[in-house]
Amino acid sequence: MSIAENQPLYDAEDLKRLRAARFERFGKWLLPVAVLIAMIWLWDRVVVWNEIPHFILPRPGLVLETLIKDWPMLFDALLVTLQITMMALAVAVIGGVGLAVLFTQSRLVEMSFYPYAVIMQVTPVVAIAPLIFIYVDSRTAGLLLCAWLVAFFPVLANTTLGLNSADHNLRDLFRIYGATRWQTLRYLRLPSALPYFLGGLRIAGGLALIGAVVAEYVAGTGGIGSGLAFRILEAGYRLNIPRMFAALILIALTGVIIFAGLSFLSHMLLRKWHESAVKRES
Amino acid sequence: MDILPLGQRPPVLDMTNVTKTFNGNVVALRDMNLSVNSGDFISLLGPSGCGKSTALRLIAGLSSPSAGRITWAGGQSENDLGVVFQEPTLMPWATVAQNVWLPFRLKGKSYSSVKDDILEALRLVGLEKFLEAYPRELSGGMKMRVSIARAMVTKPRLILMDEPFAALDEITRFRLNNDLLQLKAKIGCTVIFVTHSVFESVFLSDRIVVMAARPGRVIREVTVDAPYPRSEEFRTSPEYAALCRRASDALHEAMGEAA
Repeated sequence: MSIAENQPLYDAEDLKRLRAARFERFGKWLLPVAVLIAMIWLWDRVVVWNEIPHFILPRPGLVLETLIKDWPMLFDALLVTLQITMMALAVAVIGGVGLAVLFTQSRLVEMSFYPYAVIMQVTPVVAIAPLIFIYVDSRTAGLLLCAWLVAFFPVLANTTLGLNSADHNLRDLFRIYGATRWQTLRYLRLPSALPYFLGGLRIAGGLALIGAVVAEYVAGTGGIGSGLAFRILEAGYRLNIPRMFAALILIALTGVIIFAGLSFLSHMLLRKWHESAVKRES
Repeated sequence: MDILPLGQRPPVLDMTNVTKTFNGNVVALRDMNLSVNSGDFISLLGPSGCGKSTALRLIAGLSSPSAGRITWAGGQSENDLGVVFQEPTLMPWATVAQNVWLPFRLKGKSYSSVKDDILEALRLVGLEKFLEAYPRELSGGMKMRVSIARAMVTKPRLILMDEPFAALDEITRFRLNNDLLQLKAKIGCTVIFVTHSVFESVFLSDRIVVMAARPGRVIREVTVDAPYPRSEEFRTSPEYAALCRRASDALHEAMGEAA
């Protein structure tokens, strides 16, 4: 059989690949949504069939109702948690990148301080937090410190790795052209580190939220200006289970939005040149 | 640009009894003597481990000789060198134009002040339409052209090339060989070219320095007195075959001695 010119020809393999691509495109969104709907339905049915009282396990509908009813209070709490999270993330970025740059500029500094950065990372924040709240008077500062402790290490570790992963030949080239330390950092090491840094940032975003929530639990003080974690604690004491669920949903959603936002930022910064963000044909 | 005949060219660089050892006992290069003159196209030809890349690194100032001297005629200047590595070694986050701008940029020159030089260099390698492209959008041969444009954009006194075409396919390699000679004819640059291809070295150079391994050293210099410009026909001429034979014999001698 001859092939007509200018006539697109799809063989069985192409069709299979196209089908798989289409499935991938829709499946990525549809499947999780289907799972979510099924889980909510199952939850609802379990409560109804077993006649579980709402102060043990509320029906999903009641949780949604509570979310709407308590929105003014929960939203205020969300803003507080979000503020701590964002501030911690910002300080983690400044501290992590700053320390990473210092590490790569001076082997002496790296050898002296790296072990302590690791120790800070591997010690659970819940264990340090009570001490922090003893010594730090300002509640906000205490929360910030806790959230920063968890968030800064991935930024530091990834950025250090990235700064050191600049192409060796390019480094030689910079030397041959007599580049200054600052020029090598600015034009070679920092751009090389960008993809690594952004990977660390995505992890740090989630960890900052976890740090903020954990710290709020430990701090445990309420009143005006308390965050979502405290609202959960408080609702727990009052057996207001629907509100606990509502606050939990807000925290989870916040985490997802932070992750999505940072992923988007990463995509925008890397899309022109980095393998991870470049769409492949075929 | 006219290039004076061999023997009448002004000196650029002199290597005198240059030796490089590592860890005190591994001799990477022993007593190398080489005078590089303006307009020379010198190939360093030899098996792996013969110290040709070491010689290049020493000239580039990336390491210093354990013994002997490397002297630049008239002293070292800001604009001595351009370098092309085996890999294109481009910054993937920068456009083609920004990559070629790099040597100027590191000397503190703004893009607008050297834009004409950048355009000219890219025009010479046939990539003037790809100013805004990113390296990942280019083929292997095109990336190498950008790398060559970057090496010559400042019109340095000496261009070092470390097996620049070794990773390319034969067709691209032949084409880039031709283009490199045309480029040399246009701007009259001085080149030291590391290769382990006899054919490439004969086609490109007017002087072939044959080196042997363990310890790395110069065995012999073969002069390729075929006139430039050299075209595709030169590749099939009896003269080319004879020259390849001579270079090849010298290389065999080098390998034989090394074994």
